[in-house]
Amino acid sequence: MKTILKLKGLTKKFGSLTAVNALSFNIQKGNVYGILGPNGSGKSTTLGMVLNVVNPTSGSFEWFDGNMTTHNALKKVGAIIESPNFYPSMSAEDNLKLVCKIKEVDSSKIDHVLDIVNLKDRKKDHFKSYSLGMKQRLAIASALLNDPEILILDEPTNGLDPQGIHQIREIIKRIAADGMTILLASHLLDEVEKVCSHVIVIRNGVKLYAGPVDELNATHGFFELKSEDKEALKQLLDTHEAIESYDEEENDLIKAILSQPYEAKALNKECFENQILLTHLVKRKETLEEQFLKLTKNQ
Amino acid sequence: MKRLFLIEFHKLKNNRAAKVLSLIYFILFSAIALFASIRFNFGSIDFRLADQGIFNFPYIWHFNAYIVAFLKLFLAVVIVSMVSSEYTNRTLKQNLIDGLSKKEFILSKFYGVLGFALASTLLLFIVSLILGLIFSDYNEVGIIFSDLEYIFAYFLKLIGFFSMCLFFGILLRRSAFALGFLFLLWIFEGIVQLFVKFQAESLEFIVNFLPLQSMGNLIIEPFSRLGIIKSAATQLNSEFEKSYDVEWSAILIVMAWSFIFIFSSWKLLQKRDL
Repeated sequence: MKTILKLKGLTKKFGSLTAVNALSFNIQKGNVYGILGPNGSGKSTTLGMVLNVVNPTSGSFEWFDGNMTTHNALKKVGAIIESPNFYPSMSAEDNLKLVCKIKEVDSSKIDHVLDIVNLKDRKKDHFKSYSLGMKQRLAIASALLNDPEILILDEPTNGLDPQGIHQIREIIKRIAADGMTILLASHLLDEVEKVCSHVIVIRNGVKLYAGPVDELNATHGFFELKSEDKEALKQLLDTHEAIESYDEEENDLIKAILSQPYEAKALNKECFENQILLTHLVKRKETLEEQFLKLTKNQ
Repeated sequence: MKRLFLIEFHKLKNNRAAKVLSLIYFILFSAIALFASIRFNFGSIDFRLADQGIFNFPYIWHFNAYIVAFLKLFLAVVIVSMVSSEYTNRTLKQNLIDGLSKKEFILSKFYGVLGFALASTLLLFIVSLILGLIFSDYNEVGIIFSDLEYIFAYFLKLIGFFSMCLFFGILLRRSAFALGFLFLLWIFEGIVQLFVKFQAESLEFIVNFLPLQSMGNLIIEPFSRLGIIKSAATQLNSEFEKSYDVEWSAILIVMAWSFIFIFSSWKLLQKRDL
């Protein structure tokens, strides 16, 4: 598999604060990556470094096997960092023409990319007259101009209204379905969960996990249980071979974590045989959010 | 080079403030010429500036180059804002992300400066040539095209001044600060000059190395020369010693400053996190 981006011990210090601490990971062609982390965890700084706007303190990175300069490599990359930045008094079309000149690509694709993000009929309007959602969509169009090898999106739905968020997600999903490599930084976990195949979790600039989403989720799930005879239920869970541990949650709900695959039907049957009547039984897998919170709490 | 210039040209072409200011600049430029050719007629006073000998070849090159150089302040505003707006709109960041290197960015701005300086110089040449052909008492080809070094000096003066504006724009990131800083530098140089003149005459050579003063030294004021030219017809003025030539030392100093300003802009940008 072709490696698109390689980070080797990338570090950035702002004075005494270490924003990114010896970060290493690889981005392979064809996957959709999510960089997860709370606000201020160093996601944007990391992207800033590989995108040539922030100078690394130490460590290095390599685009496409390292045989071209960063700014030339970036011509093959489509990236949006934070807010969409364009020339306010230029029309959308003129802004994209400028990007074409910088990236040294033909401007014939402008109409096509504006079509993807549904902005074709507003292309003659000044950028400053756009709503935030439209600005963000124009930024995506701009990132697609050069048929990029990889699309980098930093918090693409930040500050958008629900409709705008939905539109951006639909666009990302469509692009991902076309097989494009995507690197998506976000603190919104459901966003990442919905589109990404791989995740990189960082907190305080340190990498906590890097790998496929499935492996981060690789537990057997848990049961949510409720019964009027709580003590008996607890007794059963204490001795049960498939239950690793359990917690009491609010509303008398008991969360029992599985140590091996186990069916809800089987547990229900056992409870009934032990004369415990369940009023609530749900088998769930942990969401990425719960996984993430667990991962960041343990460190 | 062509690509970088086209990038900058595209930005300027679509920037209304830059367009309006440039237009005002070039209109004022031509207006000065028109103003000089107006005949004032108040009863007994019949006066026309153009008849005072200022448009005689080759003196006109010197005179016009000196006068219209004041208008460079208009373009200075354009240049400072075309740099600082890249910061405030964060488009500099986007340019870099899109694949422009920091060096290319500075170069594209420098080509913009070069373009403005070239256009002004060309306009100066054409306007002066036309005015001269209309009003000059001497029309021999040899005389018309003598003393053209003033046109070159004007070009260099603009390059130096605009490079300085570019540097201040990069350094301070806000148009108002950059222009304020320019004004402060002007006052500072004035103080240094006064100090040297009255307190430390041995340091006088330093004054010629100050950026604004060195640019001023390129084209010496032409007014005192006008009297000489008028009187030269009647008497030979041998004791007058002031040189009005464009000095090599001034040319070299301004070139050095231009290089320093552009180079430091690049180094400064390279060091910065955006």
